[in-house]
Amino acid sequence: MELSGAEILVQFLKDEGVECVFGYPGGSVLHIYDELYKQDEIKHILVRHEQAAAHAADGYARTSGKPGVVLVTSGPGVTNAVTGIATAYMDSIPMVVITGQVPTAVIGSDAFQEVDTVGITRPCSKHNFLVKDARDIASTLKKAFHLATTGRPGPVVVDVPKDVTDPGVKVPYSYPETISMRSYNPRVKGNARQIRRAVSLILSAKRPIIYSGGGVILSGAADSLTELARMLGVPVTSTLMGLGGYPATDRQFLGMLGMHGTYEANMAMHECDVLIAIGARFDDRVTGKIEQFCPDAKIVHIDIDPASISKTVKVDIPIVGDVDSVLTEMLQLLRNSDSALDQEELKLWWELIERWRATNCLAYDHDSELIKPQFVIEKLWEITGGDAFITTDVGQHQMWAAQFYRFDKPNRFVTSGGLGTMGFGLPAAMGVQIANPGSSVACITGEGSIQMCIQELSTCFQYMLPLKIINLNNRYLGMVRQWQEFFYGSRYSHSYMDALPDFVKLAESYGHVGICIQSPADVEGALREAFSMKDRLVFLDFITDQTENVYPMIAAGKAHHEMEMSPKSVLI
Amino acid sequence: MRHIISILIENEAGALSRVAGLFSARGYNIESLSVAPTEDASLSRMTLVTRGSEQIIEQITKQLNKLVDVVKLLDLTEGEHIEREIMLIKVRAASNGEREEVKRLADIFRGHILDVSRVTYTVELTGDTRKLDSFIRALGDIPILETVRCGSMGIPRGERSLHL
Repeated sequence: MELSGAEILVQFLKDEGVECVFGYPGGSVLHIYDELYKQDEIKHILVRHEQAAAHAADGYARTSGKPGVVLVTSGPGVTNAVTGIATAYMDSIPMVVITGQVPTAVIGSDAFQEVDTVGITRPCSKHNFLVKDARDIASTLKKAFHLATTGRPGPVVVDVPKDVTDPGVKVPYSYPETISMRSYNPRVKGNARQIRRAVSLILSAKRPIIYSGGGVILSGAADSLTELARMLGVPVTSTLMGLGGYPATDRQFLGMLGMHGTYEANMAMHECDVLIAIGARFDDRVTGKIEQFCPDAKIVHIDIDPASISKTVKVDIPIVGDVDSVLTEMLQLLRNSDSALDQEELKLWWELIERWRATNCLAYDHDSELIKPQFVIEKLWEITGGDAFITTDVGQHQMWAAQFYRFDKPNRFVTSGGLGTMGFGLPAAMGVQIANPGSSVACITGEGSIQMCIQELSTCFQYMLPLKIINLNNRYLGMVRQWQEFFYGSRYSHSYMDALPDFVKLAESYGHVGICIQSPADVEGALREAFSMKDRLVFLDFITDQTENVYPMIAAGKAHHEMEMSPKSVLI
Repeated sequence: MRHIISILIENEAGALSRVAGLFSARGYNIESLSVAPTEDASLSRMTLVTRGSEQIIEQITKQLNKLVDVVKLLDLTEGEHIEREIMLIKVRAASNGEREEVKRLADIFRGHILDVSRVTYTVELTGDTRKLDSFIRALGDIPILETVRCGSMGIPRGERSLHL
């Protein structure tokens, strides 16, 4: 079959099973857009800014099990998308980003809308390619999809100069069913000896804890993790990215750990004697002061990325492999094992944990006349039966979402954990809704973050995406304000959001429904009303208490046992 | 500690910048880097000299291995190996005394004088980094006009080898 480069590109996407592309046209990709016009198998979602295309593809990937696909033009199309690519890279999200480039003959001449895409995206993508010949499009894209979705997933950029997609130049095409890359062979199966050593260490523990991360979600290992934790009867804590990997409503779950983790989770980390780290990467927001991290613990670490092992914390038993595969083997060994955890010691350990839990570290003022942001999220959890897809932006609301929306299932919580990208929530929610039509999708955000990609309300109207936007509006960049209150003598330098728009009118002008909620008594009613409007986007503008802070908090440079507690929690 | 790492990498545009970019992005230092294609035109061999604690070197090798274009690597420092570097050095040799001294030093260090002018000698010298440094020190007061070094190359001794 002889096809043009543009035809090959679109045909390849069909053959690869791509159903949806998030993009924005421009000069260098016009040949490709012309091919998209001629077909209706692949749905194209036209965003309003290329950053949103990448975030939407990200949300789509996190909740569909398929890689997200982005199509943008050269120059500013690429630079706008970079924030979204870097976001996906930090959170290991499978994505293929196809970028237009100026024609090969003028590359390097500072042509109109030219940037060095491969150079710019090199440090924020898993890999990238420049395609110089139409004959290479199919094999390069196949490599890109393979790289994006295997091993530790991540975004892969494929830069395609305009002449390579020239409709006048036809070359042979056949879909490459397989691809082999001699330099890329990620290890899936864990080393059997290491797994045996890990199991015997775990069974010798007196105060074990599972520290679970985003790798559990990416690997589809939530069931294996749950089975392992229940079989052992040990406590589980999770990173921000790992939430939903173990049911949050289960007694064995201690909540999130780290900077805004629960008292019980962080204390259990500090006191544990065996730490079972699963698909987590010992991020600085999790470990706190590295010298005092889990001072008494032997550490088992399961991760598919060898470079994540012993990067910041030296581990005792590293296991490189796919989390689900390794956990499955561990479960097999445990089932056939004669030995078991010392139940007396385990009972004492749980008694200690329950005492920590009794501090009720997430307590907040329920009698306030102002709307408490935590209350909104608790009500949201109730009303959606804990089963909605939740996206967030970045800041205080993100931490409250992690603390108060209790995720029982994986792939339900979509947040920018690594890069911490404000503006992520709304476009990510679009991708989630497109991947899950008919499901409840809420974007928990703040008046700061939402304005970073607010233009996507237009996209939502075009494709009738019935998102529920939970805007926790405290008229402050709340997390900045909190740090300024704690560490900068309450000098609120540029953290106040002055001259805010009327969000109700704004939503309405985009064709959506807007509701402003000022009193705690109206919170539940407004949420119920919003979720009853199944086919409308509803922008809920909650005017919240301006002074509320996120607790507990481990200040930068402090250890797990040095938490600042909420004035409402019970001191022990 | 000083480590000398040999890397087989896909001979593709941008492969070198991936390695260099990794080092600058993660704050690792590169003491020297030399690269050229191998007998297999699809592969380049790179020799990289770096310094760091054991933990940093472990991260460096892991991060290098993680680069998709890196096919294979070997930390030569882990075993017996041969290390060589070439230096071309142009010195002033105007007076008889200078000319004799440079010639004598070049002989002692088993170097060759490649180019002669009325007032200069250009010497070629091969050896490990320490030997080349010693030659420069031995020149003493003789003015050096320019120095060019290729960076260290290394190969394991004996039957051990880095190949596909």
